[in-house]
Amino acid sequence: MVTRREAMMSAGLAALVAALPAMPASAQQAAEIAALPREKVKLVPPPFVHAHDQVARGGPKVVEFTMTIQEKPMVIDDIGTTVHAMTYDGSVPGPLMVVHEGDYVELTLVNPASNELPHNIDFHAATGALGGGELTLINPGEQVTLRFKATRSGTFVYHCAPGGPMIPWHVVSGMSGAIMILPRDGLKDETGKPVRYDRVYYVGENDFYVPRDADGNFKSYASLGESYADTMEVMRGLVPTHVVFNGAVGALTGDNALKSAVGETVLIVHSQANRDSRPHLIGGHGDHVWEEGKFANPPAKDLETWFIRGGSAGAALYTFLQPGIYAYVNHNLIEAVELGATAHFVVDGEWNEDLMSQVEAPRPIATN
Amino acid sequence: MNTTSILLSGAAAAAMAAALAGGLVLAVPERPAGDAAAVPPAETVRIAPGTLLFPEPGAFLRDGRPVAQPRRSLRLAAPLEIMRHQVSVGAYRRCVAAGACSPADLPRDAAPDLPVTGVSHIDAEAYAAWYSRQTGRTWRLPSAAEWAHAAGTRFVGDLWDGAGDADNPASAWLARYRAEGTTGAPAAPPQPRGRFGANEKGVVDLAGNVWEWTSTCYRRVTLVGEAETRATLENCGVRIAEGRHRAYMSRFIRDGKSGGCAVGTPPEHLGFRLVREPGPLARFALLWGRLTGAQAEEPAV
Repeated sequence: MVTRREAMMSAGLAALVAALPAMPASAQQAAEIAALPREKVKLVPPPFVHAHDQVARGGPKVVEFTMTIQEKPMVIDDIGTTVHAMTYDGSVPGPLMVVHEGDYVELTLVNPASNELPHNIDFHAATGALGGGELTLINPGEQVTLRFKATRSGTFVYHCAPGGPMIPWHVVSGMSGAIMILPRDGLKDETGKPVRYDRVYYVGENDFYVPRDADGNFKSYASLGESYADTMEVMRGLVPTHVVFNGAVGALTGDNALKSAVGETVLIVHSQANRDSRPHLIGGHGDHVWEEGKFANPPAKDLETWFIRGGSAGAALYTFLQPGIYAYVNHNLIEAVELGATAHFVVDGEWNEDLMSQVEAPRPIATN
Repeated sequence: MNTTSILLSGAAAAAMAAALAGGLVLAVPERPAGDAAAVPPAETVRIAPGTLLFPEPGAFLRDGRPVAQPRRSLRLAAPLEIMRHQVSVGAYRRCVAAGACSPADLPRDAAPDLPVTGVSHIDAEAYAAWYSRQTGRTWRLPSAAEWAHAAGTRFVGDLWDGAGDADNPASAWLARYRAEGTTGAPAAPPQPRGRFGANEKGVVDLAGNVWEWTSTCYRRVTLVGEAETRATLENCGVRIAEGRHRAYMSRFIRDGKSGGCAVGTPPEHLGFRLVREPGPLARFALLWGRLTGAQAEEPAV
């Protein structure tokens, strides 16, 4: 059975296999864009973010990115469970792109012939054509270039949306990421005063639905296609087997923990393309939080936990005040501890006795 | 239920295990008089008495501040007879089949010669009690000090001794976290017997990727002088597992990974090996030695 929605989405897909030409812009618009300065940015794998200006220098420009889609086996937990991941540029999540409001994002998407499936990209930041999905569907062995204008500032999800049931399957197999469109004059607090960050980390959360065998062990498959039916069955139950940051249980802990220092201000961009999440920094706060991720709205202050709606990205700014190990978790603690949604911050610096002190060390209970 | 239960065929044993899992309470078989042959005796290594410099497990405070664990010179006066290998999946399954042990958290198809893992401290003690009944000898978990003595150069202890900067409590957490740091790489599954080799005393697979339960309880100790103790609080709900590093685990935990707090590196797998108490003759010899002054020191553990 094919639902009406699936049929609509598949119709879009079918039309696209023939590779539609991009809509021609008016000659004047084309000339204006052609006259803009261009910048080529090399993306870096999360949790890191490519170098960028927080305040735009000069006027709008065309920012060029290239992402190569890689289908590849990835280990997603500490017992070696392996899934056939679908990735933008080889990482789950895909890399964070950063531009400024008014810039043009020009993405070249490459689907190497070694891949098994057609893919595309739907930018929640873009306007029209299913977020660009209609103009970017490419088969293995093809590439495509899309340009869209970054008209709204904020953090936005991008994800693969190749039609029908392929959409959720590609997304939970790893095909999502985020773009951050900064206001040209940078981030501002709730009173309009500028705020800046010393570091930025991108934490992409992903839910996996790995089928189990009769003994309850996670199964692995020879190919993506062979995993499809069983995986879809688990997905339809809506209970993920793994909820992870940066593609795997423990990907942001131990030697890979996020680093910071007392006095440093960190911006944490958190995306979840499919499912609700609720980030919480254990022992810290969100000083300024754009929960919905859109910088035209004033940030919320002093949050303990913030809500990331499935299909969105948010941003939280925090200045570390105390050294130590901080756990950054999805505060559904079952998901954090049992399913994997935990990252750690390792923060160096001087202890602030005023903020916290152990007045008396543990000792046997006084009897009189 | 009679004493022939451990001789039941595999199918009957499986049925019994299933009945147990279903919540039936079965009498634990008494020690059989003649069928101990059903349980192959574990190969043991006899460790000579000796002295070791032992970093004491637990948390230590002086003047309300965490300090490094004291390292004490301990003399183990009696020879120690310890299993050469960790208790295997096959051996543990016999105890399960006999209805004296709960099934380990293991894949059903785990090879019988792998070390048993997915066992709690409670499971390990149940196995020791059953195994003692089967063999007519007293088997028990080693103390942490006995384990360290048997482990010799394989002994690691805590990766961080607990000392911290008095003005910065976070420094100890950071140091510990860095000492235990991991790459996030998947833990290897339990390895076939012998994979990690023998130590200089002939004990095999110590400090591989299976941590071993000991009988030693978690303690918090308040120190006054160099080694003087003002107060000790013992929590036997938490036991010490030794291995690639020392771990403090709630005793009902079977999966090391779920036993930790928000941070810290947990054991990859939890298993155990046992020590055998000296028989009557050996006990007499030891006592005689003490009486005659040949063994002046008390056993330290």
